[in-house]
Amino acid sequence: MIAVKPLLEVDDLTVDYDADAGAVRAVDQVSLQVAPGEFIGIVGESGCGKSTLLYAIARLLSAPATIAGGSVRLKGRDLLAMDEEALREIRWRDYSLVMQSAMNALNPVLTVGAQLRDTIDAHDAIPKEESPNRSAALLRMVGIDPVHLKSYPHQLSGGMRQRAMIAMALVFTPELVIMDEPTSALDVVAQRSLMLQIKELQRRIGFAAIFVTHDMSLVSHFSDRLAVMYAGQIVELGKTRDLFDDPKHPYTRALMQSFPSISGPKATLQGIPGSPPDLAHPPAGCRFAPRCPLVEPRFRVEPPAMVAIGSTLVRCHLYGRDH
Amino acid sequence: MAATIKQQPILQTVGLTRHFRVGSLLSRRYLHAVDDVNLTIGGGQVVALVGESGSGKSTIARLLALIYRPTAGEIFFKGQRLSERRSRRDVLEYHGRVPMVFQDPYSSLNPVYPASHALMRALKLHQPELSHPARRRAAEEILASVGLTPPATFLTKYPHELSGGQRQRIGFAVALACSPELILADEPVSMLDVSVRIGILNLMAELRRLKSVSILYITHDIASARYVADQLLVMYAGHVVESGPAEDVLAHPKHPYTQLLLSAVPDPRAPLTSMPAADVGEPPRVVDPGEGCRFRWRCPYAIDVCATDTPRLRELRPSHTAACHVATSDMETARA
Repeated sequence: MIAVKPLLEVDDLTVDYDADAGAVRAVDQVSLQVAPGEFIGIVGESGCGKSTLLYAIARLLSAPATIAGGSVRLKGRDLLAMDEEALREIRWRDYSLVMQSAMNALNPVLTVGAQLRDTIDAHDAIPKEESPNRSAALLRMVGIDPVHLKSYPHQLSGGMRQRAMIAMALVFTPELVIMDEPTSALDVVAQRSLMLQIKELQRRIGFAAIFVTHDMSLVSHFSDRLAVMYAGQIVELGKTRDLFDDPKHPYTRALMQSFPSISGPKATLQGIPGSPPDLAHPPAGCRFAPRCPLVEPRFRVEPPAMVAIGSTLVRCHLYGRDH
Repeated sequence: MAATIKQQPILQTVGLTRHFRVGSLLSRRYLHAVDDVNLTIGGGQVVALVGESGSGKSTIARLLALIYRPTAGEIFFKGQRLSERRSRRDVLEYHGRVPMVFQDPYSSLNPVYPASHALMRALKLHQPELSHPARRRAAEEILASVGLTPPATFLTKYPHELSGGQRQRIGFAVALACSPELILADEPVSMLDVSVRIGILNLMAELRRLKSVSILYITHDIASARYVADQLLVMYAGHVVESGPAEDVLAHPKHPYTQLLLSAVPDPRAPLTSMPAADVGEPPRVVDPGEGCRFRWRCPYAIDVCATDTPRLRELRPSHTAACHVATSDMETARA
């Protein structure tokens, strides 16, 4: 499917949260490959494990979450086997992370300039006297006036704070930028403007991006491929256009029917009845079976395997060999 | 307007204005959260108030819920001035007729009581004549009408046992317990999962259809506003900049801000539209704004008069008004 050697290879990654009542499997055998320069969107509802997956890839999980199995390779190196020392070396240089809420991710008592300088100095990549120039160039690159190097986070608007976060993530022009709902706290106009900015930066700098969101229409024009997660598993993975034009999994289809549109005829939408399962007690067979309109008795017992249809992967019995 | 609302409107605001003093103790600077808003909600109507954060839409909800007092202007409830409602009983009666559903279903229910506690209290307060068994029956009926079935099991459940969508249905149940004429719904779906949002929007449509209750739907999501509302008001920086029948406003947006807002909505079915590169997409904070259009700094069509005169709402299409000096009227073109 991907001709070039993948930048990131995630194989059967499994993450558990230890709880008194037993482990909760938040991410269940997720496999994903990201090619250099590729923009991949991960969509799902809250609690589907999309953020946990990102944190596991970035090696940022903390107790009670533990990686129960699988592997994560970045440029062929096993991230899960690395110690903190080795991780510090490649974090921010090979991959970086943009968090959901810039207000919480930025230090409120330091100026934007000081925080950029911290990042730069931590890696000793650039001579100290050059770091102000580099900081100013970074801010300009994300569309912020360099006078804001002297601003504190609270003096910036929400959109500018997110842009500052992105500037920080691009300090060392990493090959992979992992983004966890960077636009979800923004208004729709600021959101669109930031998406265009991210795409433009990606085109210019050439980094690969993993972009997590709950709103699949947001990435419809931006991502190359899309992974749909449900209850800890990827249920559909394919080219973004294919997913929108011809969604395979009943969940993907239902999710698309959950957004009212501003154009076209006004139709009554149904949404999805019920709510996502409690991952402490996931359903035995297909995890979507309790909410699925096309369910058959067998689906409630046997878990479905991933099936390839063209370039799309789908985890659904309806496409199984014996169906 | 006259055609759609035959009887007296349920709620009407005239020149509704609310300013907040900002800055230090002795500051005389005022944030103009809401300026000169005229809003009419008829019986059985769903009116959507659309705007981004800071546009003043939640301030309007709070003014209508009597949480804030207006700086100027007046609210009329069925023709009666709200400022004349002073006694506790009158205010309570108004809260019963115009209850509010809150944005966050996770923090608006008390975690130490069953979720039905708020519902039973509302019934006790607003329908005190009911006996205990009658109240229980009424509660079960209301729970069933908001889609929480079987209702008897939901009477005993605690908030932590309910999903976000179910909690928000409890929010609407509490509002219904007051036998309302108008429900103020301030971003009722924005905290919910995408797959359950549509269920709450459908519930709102159902309540209007079956109980002919009016709804003021406050949202930042213009697509969901189109889905449920008859009338649409678009707010920008404290002003209503455009209003009219929802379909007409979306099909023929007149104000440049409405046009920008619509172009920014992600729509997988439409081709990607680009935006002016310079627009970082943020409305101004209007502290002591003075005259002039508040959108002029971001407006691609701004002319000199925009900086000196505040545009008033003009009828540019039948029942469809916009506050813009530049926007042209379809009605004049038709006449010429």
